[in-house]
Amino acid sequence: MKEKSEIMDGQAIGRTLLRLTHEILEKNRGAENLVIVGIRDRGDILAYRIIQQIAEIEKKEVALGVLDITLYRDDFRRGNDIPVVRETEIPFDITGKRVVLVDDVLYTGRTIRAALDAINDFGRPAIIQLAVLVDRGHRELPIKADYVGKNVPTAQNEQIQVQLEEVDGTDRICLIEM
Amino acid sequence: MQLQSRHLLGLENVTRDDITLILDTAVSFKRVLERPIPKVPTLRGKTVVNLFFEPSTRTRISFELAEKRLSADSVNFSASSSSLKKGETFKDTARNIESMMIDFVVIRHSSPGAAHYLANNVKASIINAGDGAHEHPTQALLDLMTLRENRESLKGLKVVIVGDIEHSRVARSNIYGLLTMGAEVGVCGPSTLLPREVERLGATIYPHIEDAIAEADVLNILRIQLERQGKGLFPSIREYRNLFGVTRERVERAHKPLTIMHPGPMNRGVEIDSDVADSDASVILQQVTNGVAVRMAILYLLAGGKAMAEGEEHA
Repeated sequence: MKEKSEIMDGQAIGRTLLRLTHEILEKNRGAENLVIVGIRDRGDILAYRIIQQIAEIEKKEVALGVLDITLYRDDFRRGNDIPVVRETEIPFDITGKRVVLVDDVLYTGRTIRAALDAINDFGRPAIIQLAVLVDRGHRELPIKADYVGKNVPTAQNEQIQVQLEEVDGTDRICLIEM
Repeated sequence: MQLQSRHLLGLENVTRDDITLILDTAVSFKRVLERPIPKVPTLRGKTVVNLFFEPSTRTRISFELAEKRLSADSVNFSASSSSLKKGETFKDTARNIESMMIDFVVIRHSSPGAAHYLANNVKASIINAGDGAHEHPTQALLDLMTLRENRESLKGLKVVIVGDIEHSRVARSNIYGLLTMGAEVGVCGPSTLLPREVERLGATIYPHIEDAIAEADVLNILRIQLERQGKGLFPSIREYRNLFGVTRERVERAHKPLTIMHPGPMNRGVEIDSDVADSDASVILQQVTNGVAVRMAILYLLAGGKAMAEGEEHA
């Protein structure tokens, strides 16, 4: 495993997230009825940052949801190691809301498929949109993001490593060769 | 994360790490049960047979619910309706299960070791739902989960199990589980129903309920099996209640805040008084709720243990 290149540094991540926040607000015409739902492990942190930026820009509090999609994975019976189930926290009624799903990297689309199933078990939102920091291609399902931080063409044997201050001590995204 | 065994036959040899993993996972599943749609697709396509050779309501329903909440397919097989009544041997029953390509067998049987026997003879993951007077591991795990929710730590907690310890699989599994997790265990009951071996396991014997209540943080009160009356183990139900019944008067003399547990079904007015069972100290109904969450966690964790070797990345 070796690092090939840096895709974004801390400043770039900051600017990109701010742009995504503005795009979310533009497309939804403000923060009315909006909720942001982050997918564990890193999406929840990004979702929190977006909510803080909305609070600054619109002076409005937007609810945060955290989704753990472990129980909805389609590769459950295939893996050797079973993932630890962590808690999903959607402390509000999602029915009729405009939901923005947030994840760090969009790859095969299977995580998002699982997240959509999970959200359906909580209610029926008015609309679900998807925001990702990096889209690396190689989709295996017909899924497309509404808001993309950066498109990064990758090979299958490469990996995108996203590090965030809150858990990794630094903000950084790099391309890694396996 | 993975359990060390693909069966859950008892708690005697389950490590602290494995128990902790089960209890942590159960907390997440308890949250699933609180959702508007309390069901996840995780075990879709897996099949569970609930094999109950002994009558059971609570445990069987709890397992069935856990299976349904995880989207597994389940079939029930109870002694009264099974071919065992027609003279089939246990071994043949096991072979038939094997041929039906079952993923899990939940078994309750009056013979100690029935679950072990199945584990050695069929490919499915076996979950012991009570084998004679041997073990009832899921009950002990849900008791541990309930204690973790109500008490700061299991370590150093003094739990006294009251009643017929000799014939109780719940007692045995609880003793193993509690000691593994660092709790102190006491037992209290008529001397005819207290096996000597419990002292060797590390449990303290309390001949008098008053002493037990004075020192305990938790009382886990077992059902007195009314059908054992008349076998010379204790003189009468009334005598039992007089000597070992957990009554309000006795509980009021406790030195520390008590937590009251009972695995059910209760004989109100025999081993436990209604005043105690329905008091704020009682966590009996919480035990029932946690039972489903714990059983979901066990099914989930055991399902992972026998997966194909074909790791695929998920992003």
